[in-house]
Amino acid sequence: MDNSSQLVQYVLSGLSNGAIYALIGFGFAIIHNATGILNFAQGEFVMLGGMFTIFILSFLNLPLAAAIVLAIILSTLVGILFERLAIRPLKNIKPLSLVIITIGASIFIRGAAMLIWGKDTHALPAFSSNNPLYVYGATIMPQHLWIFGITLLIIIVNKLFFSYSILGKAMRACAYNAHAASLVGIDVKIMVLLSFAVSAAIGSMAGIIIAPLTMTSYDVGIMLGIKGFCAVIIGGMSSGLGTVLGGLLLGLLESLGAGYISASYKDAIAFIILLLILFIRPEGLFKQKETQRV
Amino acid sequence: MLCKIMMKEKRQILIFALFALIILLVPLFLKGNYFLNVLVFIGINTLLAVALNLLLGYAGQISLGHAAFFGLGAYVSGILTTRFPVDPWLSLLIAAACAATLAFVIGFPILKLKGHYLAMATLGFGIIMYIFFNETVDWTGGPSGLSGIPNLRLGPVIFDNDLNNYYLVWIITLGVMLLSINLSQSRIGRALRAINDSEVAARVMGVNARILKVQIFTVSAFVSAIAGSLYAHTMTFISPTSFGFNFSVELLTMIIIGGLGSIYGSFLGAAILTMLPEFLRVFRDFDIVIYGLMLILITMFMPSGLIGGLEALFKIIAGKIKWSAARNV
Repeated sequence: MDNSSQLVQYVLSGLSNGAIYALIGFGFAIIHNATGILNFAQGEFVMLGGMFTIFILSFLNLPLAAAIVLAIILSTLVGILFERLAIRPLKNIKPLSLVIITIGASIFIRGAAMLIWGKDTHALPAFSSNNPLYVYGATIMPQHLWIFGITLLIIIVNKLFFSYSILGKAMRACAYNAHAASLVGIDVKIMVLLSFAVSAAIGSMAGIIIAPLTMTSYDVGIMLGIKGFCAVIIGGMSSGLGTVLGGLLLGLLESLGAGYISASYKDAIAFIILLLILFIRPEGLFKQKETQRV
Repeated sequence: MLCKIMMKEKRQILIFALFALIILLVPLFLKGNYFLNVLVFIGINTLLAVALNLLLGYAGQISLGHAAFFGLGAYVSGILTTRFPVDPWLSLLIAAACAATLAFVIGFPILKLKGHYLAMATLGFGIIMYIFFNETVDWTGGPSGLSGIPNLRLGPVIFDNDLNNYYLVWIITLGVMLLSINLSQSRIGRALRAINDSEVAARVMGVNARILKVQIFTVSAFVSAIAGSLYAHTMTFISPTSFGFNFSVELLTMIIIGGLGSIYGSFLGAAILTMLPEFLRVFRDFDIVIYGLMLILITMFMPSGLIGGLEALFKIIAGKIKWSAARNV
């Protein structure tokens, strides 16, 4: 493989990973904007998506499409349960307690997954054929196309939902000002619940479409979760274009860094970018600085 | 009023003296017992829990990367004594100084962040350090670990058995506990609590919150690295798995269980989490599920931890006794 085709290869795999990071970032943004909570368990929804699909495929012998739909529904239920059991009953909502509770939920879900499915890595079959396509000398798996297609679809549906549907508009109203939203008759509690459901669904979808490429196991949630967080931080906590760009940027840097600098420090690259962004521009790369109220 | 404060201080000194006495006498009843080995680990974990508690319980600043400072202490000490002819005591001091310097440097940008963002940043820092422990194979030995770390020695005494290690670890731990209790009663302790309640209010009152947060972070890293160095010299073998994200969460669980801001709570939490996997085999398979549940349930229902719960219980009982005594008269 010559240099240019190698570069194309790195860019392609970087972009497909980046698309996944963007989707996971959406999940963070949706919950954060509705509730002010940064959900540390977001990565676990990603893990659950992949693991549920594999589990359903091997035990219930359903066709792949049905297994995927069922896995998304199950992950969404976990998200809803989490909100009902651990977030809604909270009386004194200090940020610190919320951090600790979502971390607790994250390691609880991870531990439960380990007990149920074991510590092995599993591979999900590819959605269509396994024959690679060749583009400019680089190999591209059909699964990459699935990832780009589904990500694009989710971005469009997400945009339409939040801009035009009454439910999406209500959720946005809660994000701006929950009290004002409740005054115009929006049930804030339902919107919070909905935000957990939507973000669990999107997270699990991300986990399902990446599983055929990278394999999955009970502990993939931490890394994917933090990289999704990195994407959404670059994008300034929005579930829009900024986060998509953030995810793609992170994916590209990571894949080029792994290819040209050192593969063993691939994950470190993502975290160093995360720290740099948090240190220098915590409001995101594409956002204007805002003053903070106290 | 002054008299009352002095009484309170006297009582605290008494409680600590009693606690220290019990700790120092315990080995007399456990000669040659395997349990002594567990107690050494409880000592190291207590030291770590107290260090994290200074940051989280006193100043209200979360860290999900404290295992990194523990690991840094262990590795600096381990590398200096195995690859260079450095005295273990000197390496302990260098290790602690390294961790403190690192904490001081990253403290300024990292502690500007608040709440969730601080948690994510410290988590990221912890994982970066973990990756370095694993990947700098030439220095750390990578995933297969670093072995042959020499024991500490003091004149003719070599700290290579459980009894000697027990006294080594616990004398340092008791010293740090005493200093921490003392700190909570000082002007700095009150300033830290003010930051915990409201950073803005604390600043308005003239507390230099920015510097103070970095200082307590540095002290916390310093103590954690001492614990790491002690761990390396008592175990003589270290590998990266002891210093990963899971251990950071375990430390967090210890101080949440024991009670945020309580030094004895840190001991209680460390003791419980160190003993459970030793005595309950089932616990080893279920550990992270149980940690997760504990974190959620205690934060929801018992925010001041077991120590807070015990104090409340004690007050109820004391109240009942007083009440019945009053009725009898």
